[in-house]
This record gives sequence, C-alpha cells and structure tokens, in this order.
Amino acid sequence: MRGRPLGPVGALLRHAVLMTGALLMVTPFAWMILTSLKPQAEILVAELHFLPTRWAAVENYTMAMTRVPMLRFLVNGVVVTSAIFVLQVVVNLPCAYALAKLRFRGRGVLFAVILLCLLIPHHATAIPIYILFYQMGILDTYSALVLPFTISVFGIFLMRQFFMTVPNDLIDAARVDGLGEFGIVWRIMLPTAIPALIAFGIFSVVAHWNDYFWPLIVVGSHELYTPPLGVAFFRLNDQGTEYGPLMAAATIVILPLVGAFLLAQRRFIEGITFTGMKN
Amino acid sequence: MAEGLRRRRLAEALAALSLSGPAVFLMILFLIGPLVVVALLSLTDYQLGAASLRYVGLGNYVEMFADRVFQRSIQNTLVYVAVVVPASVGLGLGAALLIEAGASLRAFYRAVYFLPVMATLIAMAIVWEFMLHPTLGLINLTLREFGIEGYNWLQDRRTALFTLCAIGIWQSVGFNMVLFMAGLTAIPGDLYEAAAVDGARTSIDRFRTVTWPMLGPVTLFVVVITAIRSFQIFDTVQILTKGGPNRATEVLLYTMYSEGFSFFRTGYAAAVTVVFLVFVLALSLAKTWAINRRVHYA
Repeated sequence: MRGRPLGPVGALLRHAVLMTGALLMVTPFAWMILTSLKPQAEILVAELHFLPTRWAAVENYTMAMTRVPMLRFLVNGVVVTSAIFVLQVVVNLPCAYALAKLRFRGRGVLFAVILLCLLIPHHATAIPIYILFYQMGILDTYSALVLPFTISVFGIFLMRQFFMTVPNDLIDAARVDGLGEFGIVWRIMLPTAIPALIAFGIFSVVAHWNDYFWPLIVVGSHELYTPPLGVAFFRLNDQGTEYGPLMAAATIVILPLVGAFLLAQRRFIEGITFTGMKN
Repeated sequence: MAEGLRRRRLAEALAALSLSGPAVFLMILFLIGPLVVVALLSLTDYQLGAASLRYVGLGNYVEMFADRVFQRSIQNTLVYVAVVVPASVGLGLGAALLIEAGASLRAFYRAVYFLPVMATLIAMAIVWEFMLHPTLGLINLTLREFGIEGYNWLQDRRTALFTLCAIGIWQSVGFNMVLFMAGLTAIPGDLYEAAAVDGARTSIDRFRTVTWPMLGPVTLFVVVITAIRSFQIFDTVQILTKGGPNRATEVLLYTMYSEGFSFFRTGYAAAVTVVFLVFVLALSLAKTWAINRRVHYA
C-alpha cells in the first residue's frame, strides 16, 4: 500500500514474510539443480545433504543429453514454437488490420464471432481436430503440432485493438503513395505493431513451449517429441530411479524460457500481464 | 463521382475479404467446426477408426452421470478448483500488497514469485515428484528432522489430490500476483491522500477504504481466470498419478483424455468434453462480465 512508508518493524516483517515465500518458490528449482549435480550414490542415501560431496554434473548432464535425443527434442521445440508464431502473424495480422481499418459488410458480425471464439478452450476442440488429422493422415507430423494454433483469435483481438490506435492518415498517405492493401499490412502496419507483437510473441512461445496436452495426443514418434514430452519420456525410460540425470533433463528443458525470463523480466511480465486476459 | 466511390468501396471490401479470408477459414476449421462436431459426436456411439456410427441420443450423458468414475471426476475437479482458487488468489494478493508496500528488493521478489509461471510445468511436476518421494524426497526428509512421519503424498488416497492442489497453487501464485500489481499501480495516489484527510491512519484503514474497493473488480477478474485455469488441470495428473490412487485424482480433462485417446470411446469422451465446456463457458461469461465491471470502475 502506498501513501506512507513502512516503519522499521514493518519493513522487517515485510522481508520476513516475503523471504519465506520466496524460499518456498525457489526450493523446487534449487533442489532440481542441486540434485542434477550429485552422483546417484549420494541421492539414494535417505539423509538431508544440500551440496554434493562429489560433483557429478558432467556425468548427469551428459547422460541427460545422450540417453534420449534431448538435443533433437529442444530443436523440435524451437521449430514448433517458431513455426506457430510466424504463421500466427501471417494469418492473423492481416485479419486484424481488415477489422480495424477497412469498411466491409459483415465486419461487426465477424468481430462478434471472434469475441465468442475467445471463450473456446483448446482442449474442447481436441477430439474433432484429432479425427480430422487422422482422416488427412497427418497425425504424428510437425503439421499436426503446428496447424491447430495458426489461428489465434486472441492474436486477432489484440492486434485489432492495437491497430485501432494507429492514425488513419498514415494509411491514407501510404495509399496516395500507391501502396496496395497487402503492402500496407506488411510494410506499414507490421513495423508499427512490433511492441504488441513482442508481447503476443512471448505469450505464444511460453504457451507452446510448455504445452503438453496437444503434443501428447498427436505425436507418437520420438523424433517429433517436444521438450515436455521429451522429459516425460526420459522419466519413463529410467523407471524414475536415475534422479541425477532426470533432474539434469528437467533443468535443460526449463532453461531456455527461465533464462530468457531472467534476462528480460520486465518484458516477460508485461507480456504475460498484458495478455493475461486469455485463459 | 458516385461511381468512383462505389468502386472504391468494392475494392476495399475485396481487400478485406482476401486479408481476413485465411483467418476465417482456419477459424471455422479449427474452432467453430470442431465445437459443433464435438456436440454432435456426444450424441453418437462413435469409436475412433470404426466404419460407422449410430445416433444414441442422450445415451452417453445418461451413462456418464450414472458412472462412478465420472462422478468422482467432477467431484475431484470441483474440490481442486475450490482449494486452488482462494489460496492462489489470496496469496497472489498478499504478495502483491507486500511487495508494493516497500521499495527494497521489489524486482527480486517479483521475479522469484513469477519463476514458476514460466517454467515448463511437466518438468517441474517431475521435480515435485522427486521432492515428494516417500523416503528420498526433500519434504519427508525435512519433516523427519522435526520428528514428523511424512506421507507417501502422491500414492496415498488421503493426500494425493491435495498434493496436486499444492503444486497448482505454487505454480499460479506469481501469475495472480502480477495481475494484482498491475491493478495496484492503477490506483490514483491522491485517493490515499484523500483517505488520510478523512482520518484513515493505519495501513489497515487505507486497505479497507481505498485499496480493497479499488481492487474489487480486478479481484473478481483474477478469481474467474484462476478458476478457468484450474478447471483445465491435466499435466500434473497425467504424469504423476494417472487419476489414481483408486480414482482419487481423476479429473475432467483426464477422464476425457483416457476415454477418448486410450480407450477410443470417442462419443463418450465428446460428452465429457461438453460438460467440461459448459463449466468453462459459464466461467468465461462471468469473466466477460467482470471485465466490463472493471472498465466501469477504471
């Protein structure tokens, strides 16, 4: 609460409570990393030891990378999340521009339908899309992982709101210069929309890097596993006893996003709050 | 002149059609179409891969509501939501208020509390599983230092669901915290001065007269989105408990998943989906209402 600074006792209490909470929040991360540095023998003794007496980082991380094709899983994660994001921009940005800046019949209806579609959780459409992909013969492909997410009504909504604030003069000037509507979308609107796109991109990449439900359903071959499927597969493969390598694998999977977050906290938090409307 | 205007209008409409066409097509293919299909499938006995299907009316729904597994599934999902929502919203609000109350270490606390939101839940669920291990896990080892005998948290019928609740709370507090922080910074500072003039002295006074009334709509909004997210609990169940032990952690999406994608009873799974959808849509409508209220206040 603002208005008045806390007294010394208040400030101390604030730190005491927040530090306790912070400790609870980081414990799983700390334990994961500490375990990933310990040899099997030290993990299997049922006693509390925080630091390893013998460091086994190299063994554990090597095993995490080689026992299963972890690098492949990470590459898959990058390929799938970036394909989703690029296609989301290609599909949804022009539609958002049309809704914000062009006059046509049915615009109001289209926008209303988009608002209604915002309410549909993606789990609800899983069965029919699965059947569709089964009929098309594209289950267990990259396409199956990417295609359902190319449409993002949330992306359309977000970018439309953004484009509404772009002055019409800018577009009229471009038209006078002889630019067609496609040219306007990609040469004028896309660059102005960069801040909104970054926020949406963070939201999209975080959601799809972490997604487990859809890849679990449509993918069967290990070559197509995304990082969450990969770490789950590693656990199964090990019968869950080789904790050192398993924790190393978990660390590897969360590292890209957590690392990016720690480097650009403000952007990530803004992106997620800004897009917090969805789900 | 009128002719030129009409032609321009037509050109604009054609441009709009070609610009929005792909999105509209995909929206029908992946959102609206599947929604209609799932509702229709729930009235059939379709099994994936079967050559034909038969209309069975409300047969799936009758079977479902009489099924003990489904009853447990609804019940567990509601318990999960009822535990996670108040805890996660309350702790998120508390963290936001405390962090904003002082200047030091603000960014540090915010980052630490937000960390679990970013981290891949499946990976962290595996870490939790190890921490909850009955003999080797950090939690039971710590409890033993204090002379307390821990449970086999994930395999004990009494504790399994609540253990998943705890993981869910841990994961979502930071998200609610940043939403509340955004709400707090939107409160105009002169309101606090006005309250001070009116005799609000303690922090509690200020909270009661200014912060809480101003945060009301945000709180409503946060409650609803936390409820929607909690209804979608799946990852931790699928990897840690598979709905067990003895159905103690069977939840709606897991029932849908196992009926639809393990047993391939597609029609029945579609009926489960419809029930899930009804819950989430009801909450979403409440959310829309909450957003509108927030706009009125702000």
